[in-house]
Amino acid sequence: MGSRSSHAARIPDVDSIRRETGFSQASLLRLYHRFRALDWNEKGYLSRVDLQQIGALAVNPLGDRIIDSFFPDGSLHLDFPGFVRVLARFRPVDDEDNGNRDPKEPEPLNSRMNKLRFAFQLYDLDRDGKISRQEMLQVLRLMVGVQVTEEQLESIADRTVQEADEDGDGAVSFLEFAKSLEKMNIEQKMSIRILK
Amino acid sequence: MPGRGAPGPGWGLLLVLLALGELPRAQGVEEKPGGAHGESQGFQVVTFKWHHVQDPYIIALWILVASLAKIGFHLSHKVTSVVPESALLIVLGLLLGGIVLAADHIASFSLTPTVFFFYLLPPIVLDAGYFMPNRLFFGNLGTILLYAVIGTVWNAATTGLSLYGVFRSGLMGDLNVGLLDFLLFGSLIAAVDPVAVLAVFEEVHVNEVLFIIVFGESLLNDAVTVVLYNVFESFVTLGGDKVTGVDCAKGIVSFFVVSLGGTLVGVVFAFLLSLVTRFTKHVRIIEPGFVFVLSYLSYLTSEMLSLSAILAITFCGICCQKYVKANISEQSATTVRYTMKMLASGAETIIFMFLGISAVDPLIWKWNTAFVLLTLVFISVYRAIGVVLQTWILNRYRMVQLEIIDQVVMSYGGLRGAVAYALVVLLDENKVKEKNLFVSTTIIVIFFTVIFQGLTIKPLVQWLKVKRSEQRDPKLNEKLHGRAFDHILSAIEDISGQIGHNYLRDKWSNFDRKFLSKILMRRSAQKSRDRILNVFHELNLKDAISYVAEGERRGSLAFIRSPSTDNMVNVDFSTPRPSTVEASVSYLLRENASAVRLDMQSLEQRRQSIRDTEDMVTHHTLQQYLYKPRQEYKHLYSRHELTADEDEKQDKEIFHRTMRKRLESFKSAKLGVNPHKKAAKLLKRERVQKRRNSSIPNGKLPMVSPLHDFTITEKDLELPDPEEAPSYDAEEMSGGIEFLANITQDTATDSPSGIDNPVFSPDEDPGILSAVPPWLSPGETVVPSQRARVQIPHSPSNFHRLAPFRLSGKSVDSFLLADGPEEQPHAPPESTHM
Repeated sequence: MGSRSSHAARIPDVDSIRRETGFSQASLLRLYHRFRALDWNEKGYLSRVDLQQIGALAVNPLGDRIIDSFFPDGSLHLDFPGFVRVLARFRPVDDEDNGNRDPKEPEPLNSRMNKLRFAFQLYDLDRDGKISRQEMLQVLRLMVGVQVTEEQLESIADRTVQEADEDGDGAVSFLEFAKSLEKMNIEQKMSIRILK
Repeated sequence: MPGRGAPGPGWGLLLVLLALGELPRAQGVEEKPGGAHGESQGFQVVTFKWHHVQDPYIIALWILVASLAKIGFHLSHKVTSVVPESALLIVLGLLLGGIVLAADHIASFSLTPTVFFFYLLPPIVLDAGYFMPNRLFFGNLGTILLYAVIGTVWNAATTGLSLYGVFRSGLMGDLNVGLLDFLLFGSLIAAVDPVAVLAVFEEVHVNEVLFIIVFGESLLNDAVTVVLYNVFESFVTLGGDKVTGVDCAKGIVSFFVVSLGGTLVGVVFAFLLSLVTRFTKHVRIIEPGFVFVLSYLSYLTSEMLSLSAILAITFCGICCQKYVKANISEQSATTVRYTMKMLASGAETIIFMFLGISAVDPLIWKWNTAFVLLTLVFISVYRAIGVVLQTWILNRYRMVQLEIIDQVVMSYGGLRGAVAYALVVLLDENKVKEKNLFVSTTIIVIFFTVIFQGLTIKPLVQWLKVKRSEQRDPKLNEKLHGRAFDHILSAIEDISGQIGHNYLRDKWSNFDRKFLSKILMRRSAQKSRDRILNVFHELNLKDAISYVAEGERRGSLAFIRSPSTDNMVNVDFSTPRPSTVEASVSYLLRENASAVRLDMQSLEQRRQSIRDTEDMVTHHTLQQYLYKPRQEYKHLYSRHELTADEDEKQDKEIFHRTMRKRLESFKSAKLGVNPHKKAAKLLKRERVQKRRNSSIPNGKLPMVSPLHDFTITEKDLELPDPEEAPSYDAEEMSGGIEFLANITQDTATDSPSGIDNPVFSPDEDPGILSAVPPWLSPGETVVPSQRARVQIPHSPSNFHRLAPFRLSGKSVDSFLLADGPEEQPHAPPESTHM
């Protein structure tokens, strides 16, 4: 790997990115290559269209929503740090991360809560901190085959919201969202082995 | 498949006939005709000429028996889900061999190396290459090569040497063998067999990386096996003391020549094949033939040059697949797919059955307990050690680590098969004195690995993975979000570029686009090389084809042009009729669906009878209809199944949704993001489209001339041959989109309402939409594809799915309706016609 690290110097702000995301040098370099490959006309940033070019995303029911989550607050450009920051959510949780982490430092990007938060904001389109019944329905509609009727979908959405909704406001807050999934091994499920 | 499988192998066996010419006389049946030849007076009205047809007849009968047996096995799902088919076939072969032996008193049939190498193996390997998941294969090429080369050499050397060591210790008694004989035996028994591995791994569902590693190894180790085998055979011929260092060096050189040469031959033939298929436009009917003949020639050519024939045909398949699939027509592609599967599947069946039959021959058996048992022990142990050592090295460099479970499966999955058998039979008895011992041991090893390991590997894998600590029903939230996480994860993987090697891959795809595709692909195919547009193009083709097919079914295409009554039904939701139909249909549907899932439901019910049934239905609905994440459904390679329609369907479905949604957001947001002018053009067209659409007075039939409509139809009709539809391919970028636009407009003519589908529109305001009936909302109309519309009038099940549009003003995408009656098991049959 030693020979490759010389290339890594080409990445702007490589050290601060590493500190923030926890990626290894090699992973960063790989992601940098990927970033550059996606940025086919060498703009130095990615646009939505660049990501939409990835064929596999077109057959992913949540593909467009995930693309959107790379562009927070309606921005149109995605630079490399931003790109890596999103991907950092999916870094596997190491034991060392938890062991010798300085409690004063901010939560690492790949913590359980941050992984959940990423998923949550895919649902919560209006950013009000709650998944409304309507928002749940929209996601369902994306994810369920056409065979299911609208009535069924609505009833599923109702039930899902009801099941998680504890304060009875007819919507799922982030805490309720996290609670409903507390039995799930999010750390493992929302991690990609290749993103070390 | 069984239906196809039965007469299937006949094609391949046209070839086998020739080979089996030397097949000895068959049993029982052919004893009868004796009388026919005795009499010879005058003209015979009917003559009985058994000898005239004997050989092909027997071959055909064997194939029939094997195929029927296959049907038989699959009658009982229980048996085939536990016992691998290969094991069943071997047992069947043993039985048949026993019968033949009892009737004939000599073993009349056996698997000869000639037949195996020339006729049975090539289709299997070609099939493996042609359907190879390239990306996965090349992504793991380094690992595969290490296991295939170093691993095989290691296995051969350690097994041979250890056996020799034990032999020297005197445990095996008196055998007429030397070190070289043992090494020769080691080299032929070392190689993991592609046929056996696939037959078993197909039924054990391991992860894709593991699969491709074992599978790839079994294919690529052929070169090593061939070289080792040849080298040691010549050494044995030479005599141990005459082997010099120069010979060893030659052996190493020959490895590179054999492997690289074989690969090169394969690539050259793949190039030729791709080139030929580029010009087959006017001879569509023989198009599929080229694929088989040229790849078979690659096999024979490298055999002729004594290079690795397996490598040649594998790489021929791997390299040509992309271009051939792009060049040949849809029908030819289907023919190639099915024929290849049929041949491979048939060949595999025959191989295993004849392995069983061949074993029933008292002449070949020579038993040596120590030798047999030790061979079994050594090949298993050394394989395991080899895998662990190599994995330890590999894991330092691999992005995706191979874990303990993977290593166990890899060690245990090292099945030996017919290649080893054919090689050992090829040995010359005069040179290798203990040939029969080697043959018997090889047979035992094959049977042990295929039957015992094949039987146990599935439970083993399941047992190893048993991490599920708690058995509780997941809550709705968990189910839904869990699936969402899977999708998120696969999307992130796609964005972050999966397994690495991107740099090389990018370079290659550049080269491919700039040079190779230009030479090897038809011009029309080149234009749609963009992945997305490619998919889109295919979808549109299918739409168009089904459109035409529909027209043919009705006897004319008039239905497209004329807003006839039954076409109106499709959109006329204001009549009460559909809703009543809907009610009954949904009832029917529910009935059917529950029949299908009967056992599942009853299980559930027994376990938790208290739970409210609605909730259960909800769970089931989710279970059944939630889109599967990519990893779960992406098919790797299966010899017996073509990629499942379900997956394609799902891809299509989501793809349509995505594309339409993107289109919508283009329109609504008017984002100027896209830098190139094509997109701008597209945008403009969209705006024009929008204006046109929104100018339609609410609730009234828009006046678009039927003539215009007709031209669109004509264009669609031409689509099946893209070469002749320049209008379609005129613009690389907008081709697919234009089609969409056409649909939109097209439907506007015969549908006063269109269908508002919030799935395709920006996510903002489904609330509003549900309040306003679709025909009153002035916005965009996005419609199901033509396919959907074409079929809508026929089956009430369509109403069922369309009716919600009327009720709620929202729709689930219904473009898939075309596949309705056949592809959806729960849809009511056609008999429910109105």
